[in-house]
Formats: sequence, C-alpha cells, structure tokens
Amino acid sequence: MPGAGEQLLPLVSFFVRISIVGDTSRLLFHTILVTHGLSLCVNWFVFVSQNQRLRGLARFSLVVVGILQTMYVLLRFFQTGYTPITSQHETVVFFSWSLTWAYLSFRWRYTVKNFGAFISPLILALLVIAALSPRTINPLAPALQSWWLPVHAGVTVASYAFLSLAFCGGIMYLLQNRELKKKKFGYLFKRLPSLDALDQLNSHCLAIGFVLLTLGIISGSIWASQAWGSYWHWDPKETWSLITWFLYAAQIHQRFSAGWRGKRAAIMAIIGFVSMIFTLWGVTFLLGGIHSYAQ
Amino acid sequence: MPSEMILLLGVNHKTAPLAVREQLAIGQGGKSYEETLQELQKLDGCRECYLLSTCNRVEIIVVVQENAVLENAGRADIESRIVPLLFGNTVAPEHYQDYLYIHRNIDAVHHLFMVATSLDSMVIGEAQILGQLKEAYRLATEGKGTGPILNKLLHKAFSTAKRVRTETLIGASAVSISYAAVELARKIFGSLDTKSVLLIGAGEMAELAAEHLVSQGVDKVVVANRTLSRATSLAQRFHGSAVSLDALTDQLEQVDIVISSTGAPHLILHKQEMKAIMRARRNEPIFFIDIAVPRDLDPALNELDNVYLYDIDDLHQVVELNKSEREKEAVKARRIVDEETANFQRWLDGLAVVPTIIALRKRANDISQLEIEKALGRLPHLTLEDHQVIEKMALAITAKLLHAPIAYLKDEEGCKERHDEKVEMIRTAFGLEEK
Repeated sequence: MPGAGEQLLPLVSFFVRISIVGDTSRLLFHTILVTHGLSLCVNWFVFVSQNQRLRGLARFSLVVVGILQTMYVLLRFFQTGYTPITSQHETVVFFSWSLTWAYLSFRWRYTVKNFGAFISPLILALLVIAALSPRTINPLAPALQSWWLPVHAGVTVASYAFLSLAFCGGIMYLLQNRELKKKKFGYLFKRLPSLDALDQLNSHCLAIGFVLLTLGIISGSIWASQAWGSYWHWDPKETWSLITWFLYAAQIHQRFSAGWRGKRAAIMAIIGFVSMIFTLWGVTFLLGGIHSYAQ
Repeated sequence: MPSEMILLLGVNHKTAPLAVREQLAIGQGGKSYEETLQELQKLDGCRECYLLSTCNRVEIIVVVQENAVLENAGRADIESRIVPLLFGNTVAPEHYQDYLYIHRNIDAVHHLFMVATSLDSMVIGEAQILGQLKEAYRLATEGKGTGPILNKLLHKAFSTAKRVRTETLIGASAVSISYAAVELARKIFGSLDTKSVLLIGAGEMAELAAEHLVSQGVDKVVVANRTLSRATSLAQRFHGSAVSLDALTDQLEQVDIVISSTGAPHLILHKQEMKAIMRARRNEPIFFIDIAVPRDLDPALNELDNVYLYDIDDLHQVVELNKSEREKEAVKARRIVDEETANFQRWLDGLAVVPTIIALRKRANDISQLEIEKALGRLPHLTLEDHQVIEKMALAITAKLLHAPIAYLKDEEGCKERHDEKVEMIRTAFGLEEK
C-alpha cells in the first residue's frame, strides 16, 4: 500500500524532526516552567491559607517538577552528547534540577514547615534565568571533553543546591527570630517552623553542601592538572571558589568550636550564598578568566 | 447584746517581701498547721478559726465573741494576741505593723472572696489558690476550728470563686499564659521531648506553667528556691530535682526553659552574667519566662543571641488577650465579689436576729408556763386530759402572738441599720433587755 505509506511519511518525519531539532525539548522546558509556576502558586496558597489538606499536593507538585526537570536534563544529554553543564542555560537548569531534588531529599528526611514556599521562588528564578538564556547547543570545547566534566561541574552545582537550601533556611531563621525577639507574633510567626528545625536545616545542608563543594574543588584541581598542566591557576573563578569555601569552612569550624548557631549561622549561610552566586555568575560576567567557556 | 465579729489578719505578697513571707509560711520548719490552729482555739473569746498558708500569703480568720462591754479594748486585745501567732518569732514586734493587714467583719468577708477568686493573687486568674483554700478549710474542720459562721463563709467563698470562673474569662487568661509558654517553647525548640525546665522560685503560676510544659513532653524539672524544703516538695511533684539558689549559674548552663517567679525586689540575673553563661552553653538557645512582679530578670537579656525572654505581658500578647480585656474581666469579677459580699452581709445580719428570736420565744414560753402552773394550781379537780388541753391552748396563743413579730424580725429586706432598729424595737417592746 504505497499510498498509505506516503501519507504516513510526513507524520513520521515530523516526529523525527522535532525530536532531533529540539522542539520536544522546548515543549518540555515550557511545561516545566508552567508546572513550576503552578507548583509555586500551590505552595504559596498553602503558606497563606495554612490549608492542611493541600500540603500534600504542594509537595507532590514539586516532585512532578523534579521528574520533568530530570527528563529535560536527560533529553539535553542525549541531544548534545555530553553532560549538559557547559552553557549558561544548561548550568542554570542543572542548578534548578539539583535544587529541586536536594529539597525533596531533605524534605524526605526532615519536616520543615512551609520550606517549599521559600524554595519554590528560588527554583522559579533559576528557571526564568534559564529561559532567558540562549538554548543553542554549542560544540564542546576540546578542554571540556573529559569525564571530569560531569564530576567536577556536577558535584559543584549539586553543592550549590544544598548551600542554597541553607540560604533559604537562613532567611527563614532570621524572619522567625525577628518575630520571637520583637514579640509581635504577626503573620509569619504561625507560618514559619521552629528555630530549632531551621538551625538543623542549616547545619545539615551546610555539611552536605560543604563536602560536595570540597569534592568539586578537588576534582576541578585534578582536572586542571590534566587539562592545563597545573593544579591551581589563581584564575578568578578558582579564587572565588576558594573564598566561598573558606567562608563555609569558617562557619562550620565556628559551629563546632565556639557553638556558632542560630542567628550567626543564618547570617553566615546568607553571606556564603552571596559569595557562591558571585562565583557562579559574577566572576564569569565581570572578571572573565579561563573558566569562562560559556561566552 | 452579745454578737460575733469576723477578724482577718494576714500578710501577703503585696505587704511583705518574700524573705519575710517564707519564714512565716506555716508548716515549714516552724510550727505545724495543727499546732497553730490549736493555739488559736485556746484564745479567750475565739469561737471559730481558720488558717491559710501558701507561698504568697498567710492569713488567719477568727470569729470572736464581741461583748458590748469589751467593745474597743477587747478588740485590740484579741488582735494583739493573734498577731504573735501569725508572726511567730520571725519578726520583731515593732515591725508587725509594716507587713500586717487586718480586716474586720464585712471587709474580712470581702477580702476572703477576693483571695478565693484569685483577684488578690500575684497572677490574677490562677486557679491554684482555690485548691489551697479548700485544703486549709479541710484542715480547719478536722481540727474542729470552724463553726456555723466560718462554714457558711468558706462555702460562700468557694461558690463565689466558681461563679467568677464561669461568668468571666479571668481563668482563661491564666491558663492561656501557660499555653502561650508552651507555644513559644515549641517555636524555639521544636519538640520539647528532650528539654529541661528550671523553676526559680516556687510560685503558683510557675507550678501551673511547669505542669503544662511537662504534659507537653518536657522531661526534666529542676526547682531552685530559697527554702530547699519547698523546692523539694515541688520537685517531687514533677519527679524532678531541687537545688538551692546558689547553684543557679550551674543550672542556667544546662537547662532549656527557665520560669522565674521569686518575687525578689530586684533583678536576680543581669545581661552581663548571662553573656558569660551563654558562652558556657555554647549558645544553646534558652527560653526565659519571667512571671514575677516586680521582674526577676533583666529585660536586656532578650538582646542576647539565642536568649528569648518573655514576661507576663509578652505572653498575653501571644494569645491576643490584651490588657484592657483582662482589666474588663477583672472588673466583672470584682463586681461579682461585691455582690456576693453583700449577700453574705445579709445572711450575717439575719444571724444577728436569731438570739432575739430565741429570747422572745423563751420569754413567751416562760410566761405561759408560769401562768399555766398558777391556773392549774387553782383548778385541782381537772383530769390529766384537761391539763393537756389547757397547755396546748397556752402554747397556741403564744405561738400565734409571736408569729407576726418573728416574721417581722426575719424579714431580710433593708440594710443593717434597719435590722438593728428592728431588733432594738422588739427587745424594748417585749422587755427582753430587763434581765
């Protein structure tokens, strides 16, 4: 039946075309954006209304977002043929993907009331940045063609995810601490979790994030020795990673030696986060250096 | 005409500093409750007596016979004999007047009702005082100290307290303080399961708050008090431990929640001291609840990181029951107390006519008996049945004649002056004063 075959052919070729050209990937990315937009709404609605029945839905919506993001990262991996953490778009998507799963893994072990309402906007912000970045697939630079890429970049971005959780926890801690100190007991008092839960969140996420960050720097250093010939170049990105690392190291040291907890730990988590974000973007756009492949 | 006077002598947290009150507290070291009651009973002219001793007050109520002859001299006399029993030998006699308050008759009734309804307590609305009052009454009845007046008075005090509790929100406010304390502790510590609480001073409210915290999972209670015996007995209630106030710093390094209610006249913990303690605690968060008036704890403690200090007013804020609302409830409660006091006054006044009624009946009976004997002496031929008929007739005449004046006396309408007037009139009209 040649007639029917001829009729089917354009349809088949259409599907082949979109899967190759990346229309599926675009569709999936927009689905993620919309789904997460809805998820944010549900999380905020739960936060405002304190509706207990919708709490489950709020968490579930983030699981859906996590799964969709996983699909997108995998799709991108098959499209490009390398771990998608090289361009701005890829890095930020990878960041938001790690953040979602870091949150879900934390949420699976611990209960921190309304944490989702604070994490969701951060995830959305990353997705929006990703949406605004060019999604073109560039051929991989020769220096990056190594299995160190997923190890170094993947581990580092995962550490950013956990450190971002600590940052969100720090903000929540400062807000709740303020309620308790000012004795106003307004809107946030009821909606935020206990100080103890937030301080625990800080120390746990910091511990995981710090270990990952350390591994990221070490793996990067080993990769550098292979790719560029020496372990450390004092490239701006390396320098700022080190500064960030020291900030977190100091905080962990102080927690164990002098009992820095609560407000100080929260402020340190926020300072560390700012330094981390600068390392991620500030350095690339302001200072340049050999790490700046993305441009 | 003999009548009774209700006398209330006492010392409380408003008139005496803690140091004095603690020494006075009966049943601790010094004389026992029963001994004091017995000594009161031995007093000349004392008909009924009752004794209340808590950590915030010691009060004695006696009903004394008031003889017209003794009027003023007698009153001063019995008071001066009771006061040393109240103070024991802890206070020099010249200082008695500094701490002591004396209420007489209706003022005493009013004061007792204020105490029972917790309007006179350090924390208005706390329910514990009623329990203490009931316990004191039980001991007094067991020691055969109470009689018709005190029985009626105390039962009336209990029912007044109950009325205040049901008709006003005053009790809700005290419970809400403990509730707020628990709520805040949860926002600071999350779970309370592994937390410990330190009570500084063993006040009524502290006990209530501690009870609430323990029921919410707090697993260790430490009581620090000036007198160790009181601390020990309170600690036993919570299966906790007692320490002396000297060990306060050590305890502050370990506990998580502190409830302070010492009633000391000055601050017992300053910011600088706490700063050092926080270092030793390695910044473990600590939650202070200061329910003492005046404050025990430096308000500046709240400025330290990981230190959360709340006083009574702060706690009230948590439960959104503001001061003016509380004030309104207290006014309502006070009105109930006034009303019940007036009711009791009426009962007391009614009591005053009882001797007159008895005297009136006796006089009528005496006269009729006398006349019956006279008449029967002149009529020897009558049978026994005839005797009975005549006696019945005489009794019926006196009863019917007395019905109207007695009803007139018993009529509870009108004020005390009116009552006295009526009694006077009847006594004169029937010649009861002659004897």
